[in-house]
Amino acid sequence: MSDTTSVVLVGVGGQGILLASEILAQAAMLAGYDVKTNEVHGMAQRGGSVMAQVRYGRKVYSPLIEEGTAVALASLEQIEGLRAAHYLKEGGLAVVSSQQVVPVTVSSGVAEYPGDAAERVAKVFSNLKVVDAASIAAEAGNSKAANVAVIGALSNGLEFDEELWIQAIKKSVKASFIDLNIEVFKKARAL
Amino acid sequence: MLKELLSGNQAIARGAWEAGVKLAAGYPGTPSTEILENIVQYKSDLHCEWAPNEKVAFEVAVGASFAGARAIVTMKHVGLNVAADPLMTFAMSGAVGGMLIVVADDPGMHSSQNEQDSRNWGAFAKIPILEPADSQEAKDFVKVGLELSEKFETPVILRTCTRISHSRSLVELKDRVESSKPVEFKKDPPRYVAIPAWARKMRVKVEQRLYKLIAEAEKNPINRLELNNKDLGIIASSATYQYVKDIFGDASVLKLGMSYPLPEGKIREFAGAVKELLVIEELDSLIENQVKAWGIKCRGRDIVPGIGEHTPGRIREIKARLNEQKVILPTPVAESADLPPRPPVLCPGCPHRGTFTALKKFDVAVMGDIGCYSLGTLPPLSSLDSILCMGGSVPMAHGMQKVGEKKYCVGILGDSTFFHSGMTGIANTSYNKGSSTTIVVDNRITAMTGHQDHPGTGKTLEGEETQELSIEAIAKACGYKRVRTANPYNMKEMDSVLKEELESDDASLVVVKAVCPLYAKKLIGPKQEINQDECVNCKACLKIGCPAIESKDGQKPTINPLLCWGCGLCTQICPKGAIKAKAK
Repeated sequence: MSDTTSVVLVGVGGQGILLASEILAQAAMLAGYDVKTNEVHGMAQRGGSVMAQVRYGRKVYSPLIEEGTAVALASLEQIEGLRAAHYLKEGGLAVVSSQQVVPVTVSSGVAEYPGDAAERVAKVFSNLKVVDAASIAAEAGNSKAANVAVIGALSNGLEFDEELWIQAIKKSVKASFIDLNIEVFKKARAL
Repeated sequence: MLKELLSGNQAIARGAWEAGVKLAAGYPGTPSTEILENIVQYKSDLHCEWAPNEKVAFEVAVGASFAGARAIVTMKHVGLNVAADPLMTFAMSGAVGGMLIVVADDPGMHSSQNEQDSRNWGAFAKIPILEPADSQEAKDFVKVGLELSEKFETPVILRTCTRISHSRSLVELKDRVESSKPVEFKKDPPRYVAIPAWARKMRVKVEQRLYKLIAEAEKNPINRLELNNKDLGIIASSATYQYVKDIFGDASVLKLGMSYPLPEGKIREFAGAVKELLVIEELDSLIENQVKAWGIKCRGRDIVPGIGEHTPGRIREIKARLNEQKVILPTPVAESADLPPRPPVLCPGCPHRGTFTALKKFDVAVMGDIGCYSLGTLPPLSSLDSILCMGGSVPMAHGMQKVGEKKYCVGILGDSTFFHSGMTGIANTSYNKGSSTTIVVDNRITAMTGHQDHPGTGKTLEGEETQELSIEAIAKACGYKRVRTANPYNMKEMDSVLKEELESDDASLVVVKAVCPLYAKKLIGPKQEINQDECVNCKACLKIGCPAIESKDGQKPTINPLLCWGCGLCTQICPKGAIKAKAK
C-alpha cells in the first residue's frame, strides 16, 4: 500500500470532476504507473456532491482510497473540500477553488451555507492552495474549464512534469477544447 | 501489448466483442448501463439492442443462444428480478451458444431502490457465478463465462458491483475471435420445450451439471490460492479482494473468481494450510455459511458487517476486531459537521419540476416510479409519496383507489418506465374499471441513467431510425377514453389539465411532454433574471427547488446565469412579475 499514491477530487455534479480525474489518471499512465480510478455515476450526478478517486503506483490493488491516506485533495467548491477533508493525510496538499455553489437545501431555507467557509478551509488544511479557478477559466474564455484550472494548481504538488500533463490533457479533452484547456492549465500551474 | 484504462463496464463490452459475441441486449440501470453503450462501437460485428425491459432482453438473448450464437444480456441487480422467470427455466434447458448474464449490484445503494446480493441466484438457479475483481478480470471473465456456458450447457452469471463496473484500471486488449459454432437452430423438442414430461428430465440434468461444475471450480485457475503468511487465511472475491490485499498485506488469500458453486476441496486445502480462516464477503454470508456447513471453522459475520458497501476503512476495522484491537479511522473534520447537505436534485430546467409544482396544489396520493422524477419526493417539492419498483406506480394508485382512498390516486412514471412495465399497469386499470390518474412524464429519453433510447424515441441503440411508439395511442388501445397531453413549462395548462383529469370518474392518462434539456443540449427559452427592485423576497420562486435560483442568509434570491436553462417556470410562479428574460 505504501508505494501507492492516492488523490481525491471533489465537487458538485456537473462541474467536470470526471474529466479532472481522467487527466490525472492519463498522466499517471503516461508515467508508466499502474492506475485505478473510481467514481459514482447515476443519481449522484444530478447536482449532488461528487467524488472521484485516483490511485497510482507500481501495483495498485484497491480502487477506493482509505480515509486519511490521500497525498492530495482537489476541490472545485469550498464546502465540498471540507466535506472530504478526512480523506487527506496529515500535511497533505489541498487545492481548493474559491468558488461557492449554493445547494438547493440552502436556497430553500432548510440549511445554511457557512459564512466562514473560507476561514474554515484555511483552518482545516495546513498545506493549502486556494485557486480562483472560475476566474482563470472565464478569462481564458470558458468558465467550464475551472476543473482544468484546479488540475493545473494541483499539478505542482505531484511528480509529473509539465509535458506529461499536457499530453494527458490532449488525450482526455475534446480536440476543439485542447488549446483552451492547456492555456487554463498553464496559468493555474504558474500561480 | 496494448493497454488501456477501462472501466469494468467498458472492459465487459470489449470482452464480449473479443469473445465473438453475436448479440447483446439489456435495459439501462446503474451501475450496468455503460456496457451496452460501449458495445455499440462494435456493431459491425454484432447486433446490440435496448429492450423495453430486462425480461425481454433476457429472452432475446436466449433465442440467440438456442440458435448457437454467443450472447450477453446486461442489467442491474433489480433487473434480474424482472428477468427471473426466463432465468429459472433457461437454467434447466441450458445454453447452446454461450450465454452470459451480466448483473451489476449496488451495495450501499448509490443509485438504487434496494440492496441485493445477486450471488444468491447461483444456488437458486444452480448456475455458476463469476466475480471479477478489476477491469482486466471483467474482460477475461466474459470469455471464461462464455466458454463454461458452452462446455456445461448452462447460463453463467457475471456479477459485478458498483466498484467494479465504475472503477477503471488497465486492461490488455486483444482481437476478436469468432465462435466456431455455426448459427443454426437444431430442432430438439425434449431439450427446448419445457413441458412437464421433458422438464422433469431437464431437472435431473441440472443436478448432474452442478457436480461437473463443482469439479470445474476445483481446477479452474480463476479460483486462486495466494499463500503468504500462514497465520491468517482470508477468502474473498470481487472488489473486497482488492481491499484485503491493501489492508492485510501479507496474509494468505483464497481469491474466488467463481463464487458459486464453491470448490470444497480447495477451501479445505486452504483452511488446512492456515492457522486461522476468515471469510470477508460483501452483503450476504453465502460462502461463510457453506464453509461452516462443511464443518470448517472460520470467522466472518461475527466481525464483518452484512449491510452496505465494504471500503478499505471498513476492512481495517475488521482487521482490528479480529485482533481484538480498537482502530480509530479519520472521521469528517469538526468544521464540516454543520455543512449544508447536497443531495441530488432535479436539474435546472427539468420538465418534471413543472409537473410536481402543479401536483402540489391538489389533495393527491402520488405513487411514484423509478427515474429522475423520484427526486420529486425531496423538499421543497415534496410531492411524491411512494416508490416501489419499475412500473409499480400505476397499479399501486389503482389498488389505493379501489379500497376507497379519499385523496386523488395518481401514478406517475417516465416514458422509458412506461414501456418497461407501465403498459401492463394501465391495461389492468382499464380492464378493472379503475378511475386513478396516470401521469407519464415523457422527457423523450431514459434520463436518469444518462440518456438511452427506448421504444418511444424513434431510435435504436445502434443509432438507426425506427418506429416511434406512441404512449397516447397505447393508452387509447388499452381502452382509456381520457388521454391528454400537457406542457410542463406552462403552469396554467398543467393546472387545468390536472384538475379536469383528477376530478374525472374515469381512468385518465396525461402525457406531460418535454424533452430532457440535458439531452437536447439547448436552452428552453431565454435565461431569466430577478429584478432586485421589484422582488419583495417572498421566496415563492425558491419553493420550486431550482438549483439555478440561489439565496443565502435570507437575502433576495438571484438566478445564476450559468445554471439557468430558461424554462420560465419561476417567471410564472413569481406573484410580483419580478422575474423576466435576462437583458443581453
